[in-house]
Amino acid sequence: MPRRSAAVEDVGIEIDEDETDSDDGGNRRKANRRPAGGRGGGGRGRGRGKKAGSDEEEDDEDEAPKGRGRGGNRRKPGNKRGGGKNNGDDDDSEDESPKKKRGGAANRKKGGKAQDSDEDDSDDGKGKRGKKGGKKGGKEEESGKGKKGDAKGKDKGKDKDDDKKKKKKGDSSSDSNSNSDEEEESMSEGEMARLMEEVEEKKKLIATIRNKPWRMKRRLVLLKEAQQFVDKFEGALGKGKGRKWYAYKVMMTKKWIKFQRDFENFRTACIPWERKIKEVESHFGSSVASYFIFLRWMYGMNLVLFGLTFGLVVIPEVLMGLPYGSIPRKTVPRAEQDTAQDYSVLMDFNGYCKYSVLFYGYYDDKRTIGPLKFRLPLSYLLVGIGSFGYSLMLVIRTMAKNADVGGGDGEEGEFTFAWKMFTSWDYLIGNAETADNKYASITTSFKESIVDEQENQKDENIHLRRFLRVLANFLITCSLGGSGYLIYFVVKRSQEFANRNDLSWYEKNELEIIMSLLGLVCPPLFETIAELEDYHPRIALKWQLGRIFALFLGNLYTFLFALFDEVNSKLDEEQSIKNASIWAMKEYYANYSRLLNDSDATPPPMSPADVIRGPCWETAVGIEFVKLTVSDIQVTYLTILIGDFARAVIVRFLNYCWCWDLEAGFPSYGEFDISGNVLGLVFNQGMIWMGAFYAPGLVGINVLRLLSSMYYQCWAVMATNVPHERVFKASKSNNFYMGLLLLILFLSLLPVVYTIMTLPPSFDCGPFSGRAKMFDVIMETITLDLPAFMGTLFSYAANPGLIIPAVLLMVLAIYYLNSVSEAYQNSNMELKKKMQMARDEEKNRRNNKDSTNQVMKDLEDLLPNRSLSPPPEPEKPPEPEAKPTKTKPGSAGKGVNLQKDVALASSNPNVRGPVDRPPGPRGPGPGPGAGRGRGRGRGAPPS
Amino acid sequence: MGNKQTIFTAQQLDAYQIICNPTLKANVLVLPRLFYRYRDLAPQLVPLDYTNHPDVKLPYELIGSMPELKDNPFRQRIAEVFSEDGEGNMTLDNFLDMFSVLSEMAPRDLKAYYAFKIYDFNNDDFICKSDLEKTLNKLTRNELTEDEVKMVCEKVIDEADLDNDGRLSLEDFQHMINRAPDFLRRKKEKEVLRANTVKLCPASL
Repeated sequence: MPRRSAAVEDVGIEIDEDETDSDDGGNRRKANRRPAGGRGGGGRGRGRGKKAGSDEEEDDEDEAPKGRGRGGNRRKPGNKRGGGKNNGDDDDSEDESPKKKRGGAANRKKGGKAQDSDEDDSDDGKGKRGKKGGKKGGKEEESGKGKKGDAKGKDKGKDKDDDKKKKKKGDSSSDSNSNSDEEEESMSEGEMARLMEEVEEKKKLIATIRNKPWRMKRRLVLLKEAQQFVDKFEGALGKGKGRKWYAYKVMMTKKWIKFQRDFENFRTACIPWERKIKEVESHFGSSVASYFIFLRWMYGMNLVLFGLTFGLVVIPEVLMGLPYGSIPRKTVPRAEQDTAQDYSVLMDFNGYCKYSVLFYGYYDDKRTIGPLKFRLPLSYLLVGIGSFGYSLMLVIRTMAKNADVGGGDGEEGEFTFAWKMFTSWDYLIGNAETADNKYASITTSFKESIVDEQENQKDENIHLRRFLRVLANFLITCSLGGSGYLIYFVVKRSQEFANRNDLSWYEKNELEIIMSLLGLVCPPLFETIAELEDYHPRIALKWQLGRIFALFLGNLYTFLFALFDEVNSKLDEEQSIKNASIWAMKEYYANYSRLLNDSDATPPPMSPADVIRGPCWETAVGIEFVKLTVSDIQVTYLTILIGDFARAVIVRFLNYCWCWDLEAGFPSYGEFDISGNVLGLVFNQGMIWMGAFYAPGLVGINVLRLLSSMYYQCWAVMATNVPHERVFKASKSNNFYMGLLLLILFLSLLPVVYTIMTLPPSFDCGPFSGRAKMFDVIMETITLDLPAFMGTLFSYAANPGLIIPAVLLMVLAIYYLNSVSEAYQNSNMELKKKMQMARDEEKNRRNNKDSTNQVMKDLEDLLPNRSLSPPPEPEKPPEPEAKPTKTKPGSAGKGVNLQKDVALASSNPNVRGPVDRPPGPRGPGPGPGAGRGRGRGRGAPPS
Repeated sequence: MGNKQTIFTAQQLDAYQIICNPTLKANVLVLPRLFYRYRDLAPQLVPLDYTNHPDVKLPYELIGSMPELKDNPFRQRIAEVFSEDGEGNMTLDNFLDMFSVLSEMAPRDLKAYYAFKIYDFNNDDFICKSDLEKTLNKLTRNELTEDEVKMVCEKVIDEADLDNDGRLSLEDFQHMINRAPDFLRRKKEKEVLRANTVKLCPASL
């Protein structure tokens, strides 16, 4: 474009003369073509004031019906252009007399191609009518599929013929493009501008054509074809390059969209197990899927913990630390060596397992290891604390994010069912299996919503309900209290038993038996009691989770209790061994120096396996946790295998030879136990957090567990379970799970921090051996490795005078933020209420006034059978200007869109203001067809 | 213009490209490709020369068996809506029309309009209860109980019916659709299942 305009500037003046010449040529051409095309009005619009003008006017009258019909048809797509282009034409005519030249030039250009002239022709027809308010009629004609069928039918037939002719002509003339291109350069700037404007208008139109095919395509194909020629011509005229650019742009847009889509596909393919989970979700509902999403989240978190632990602790120790057997802590003691490789021993994580990197005791207490001077003890402590820090942060961040999501989706619920009904099918599905999944997921989601809806509609005896809920809570509190007391009682008894030797099998295992009995009986009991409450299943699940959680806390409590007992006894034992070994060492060194008179003490010549060593309580604790985790895995997997899989197999195959229907009757298939599984996961994670400090390998085991669990449970749920009776939607944010996790995290943080801060580490194993407290390693680093001022800095920071104000400040900040968030929440609610009110109001208004706004009415016109009513008065006020936009009914709903479009269109009125065409062409006026077409269908508009 | 053989004239190609939504405008190959798709459905029926608009129709049985449509619960409706005779028998123009509308590039309004027509089973230009029931049963493969179906339909009308006439007009429908979180994009994002789907648009052909 720039190129061309430059050229025009250069040549501007000389060319004027040429123009006059070519002007005539153009007219001549036009005239010639007229007979050939069967429709004379070649450049009518532009050619006004020329010698051909009068002829054309006459022609015009002849063609009126035809032209109108076609114009009408094209009207809609051409709406915008209608305004713009016609205006352009009108302007031309207005200016005509002073500047014939220009008009001529334009004319010629147009005339360059037959189709083009035809195009103009129809446009003019359109424009003329448009002035009389026929625009609307035109549009309707198109839009009403059937309504004006008769009127249109004829026209259409003609149109088709014409178009065909045109096409043929078009073939021949397409090559004339280049010629006219050159000639175009001979335009004055004003013309250029004007033409460009037109081109712009047309471009706009063309760009939107394809979005407007409201009618049967066939018509449009033919009609628009003509427009396309205009476009092409215009493009050739003003913007040969621009058009290419446009095409390029469109192509790129398309490519971009495709790319985005592929990328999206790729991204979802990258989310691990996304498809598996979706599949589960489509069959079992989002509540079951929420468990798997939780599981996946856990896996992600554990992967990070695993990376931290293995990257900073385990692998450095393996690579840079002393090898197995070099020092006592890394060697299996002589007494255990015989059985160290037995399977049963290894399964208990004794023997070689116990003296491996998996456990705390293996790690060396040298300040730095290897050539890299890796500070292993420091790293060990920091990783231990860092894991907690990271987990806390992650959990809290996820909770916050989920809460955010919960708030953002406020608009949901307005059209839940309608959207589900009309937008849930994915029209891109072209694969039978996918389609099956989709059917299932749609059904499931409908069921979920139905459950929600039923819950809303339930009208009930609120007093009875309340009473029952109180009763249920009372019962459950009682049973929780009872089991709590039972646990307490049993633990106490077991402490008594610990001192006795004459124990029966039952007495030995009483604690475990009671615990597992409670775990077996209580959840179903709670579930039964919860029936009384008659909550929505989603809420019921939360209650159930909370209650079982409380019960399991008892479990945790007993476990920790036993553990601390063990640790205490080990500490005592260790103390004596330590004393003994120190004493022995002293003795040895004393003898050594006395005998050899040498103060350089060499260690006693003992194999590391023979050294006397303490019980190393840290490793013992670690082993406990690992054992627990592993047995938990086994139990979970076996439960699934037996409880679900075996049951499903039996039900499925024994059903052929059984007295009653097993599938529908008693055993039936299992449902997926969401609460049990979630809690299992949460408590397992608690074990990991507690145990990871004493058994770095535990994190690795857990990662494996989660990984296998994902596949195993996905398979199990798909293969053996049936969907819940009432499929319910999981709450958007599974913050409840997160809350439980946070609680467990906090609970497991306590014992670990307690042990780190208060208990003395074993004297002969682990990275902190020889220090009074584990965190001494930090002090050591501060004093030895950091510059002195840092040490003083830390000592200041540890000053209570500083800490107390800091804590106060934090509390205040929390308080402040809390109140702020509350305020936001309030305003959020307020806004939601307002929105609801606005919606209701809108609805009411619509009901009262049928014709609230023009747009909606126009939209209604799109429906054929409504517009059968008699046409209104043909004279339309200029407001139809806004109509073009409305042809896209879609914009109706969206005020914004509409506004935009209207704005686009309304740029035309200005141009259009001065329009004043010579009366001639307008002569035909509203023909019969047009008259009908113009109807708005709903009676005269209010204005 | 890369007019392959002489199935279409250059003009036809041009026109189709402007009109159809598969706006690979610059890529003239789309049309022939679509044409071959069309022709492959019934090679014996469709001539190779389309320069003079032969009047050929493919029966619904053939259209409905296309991979893009065969798993679609609304395939019959789609074919009916886009076909000129309302029976599902399609000419090439109808065929192109269908692909144009279903293409990714088609604007929301256009899709909404055709969606309305598709869901309007009895062609009365309103989506009434019976239409909704049919839609729902097709979507869920009759898995919902009668009561549930009834309830859902009532809810839908309750939600989307702005003028309280007990049925959905196009206007209601568009009002509702335009508020959908993403009538178009939803089709992409929510379904991960689509990873192995064939896209119902010529671009992927």
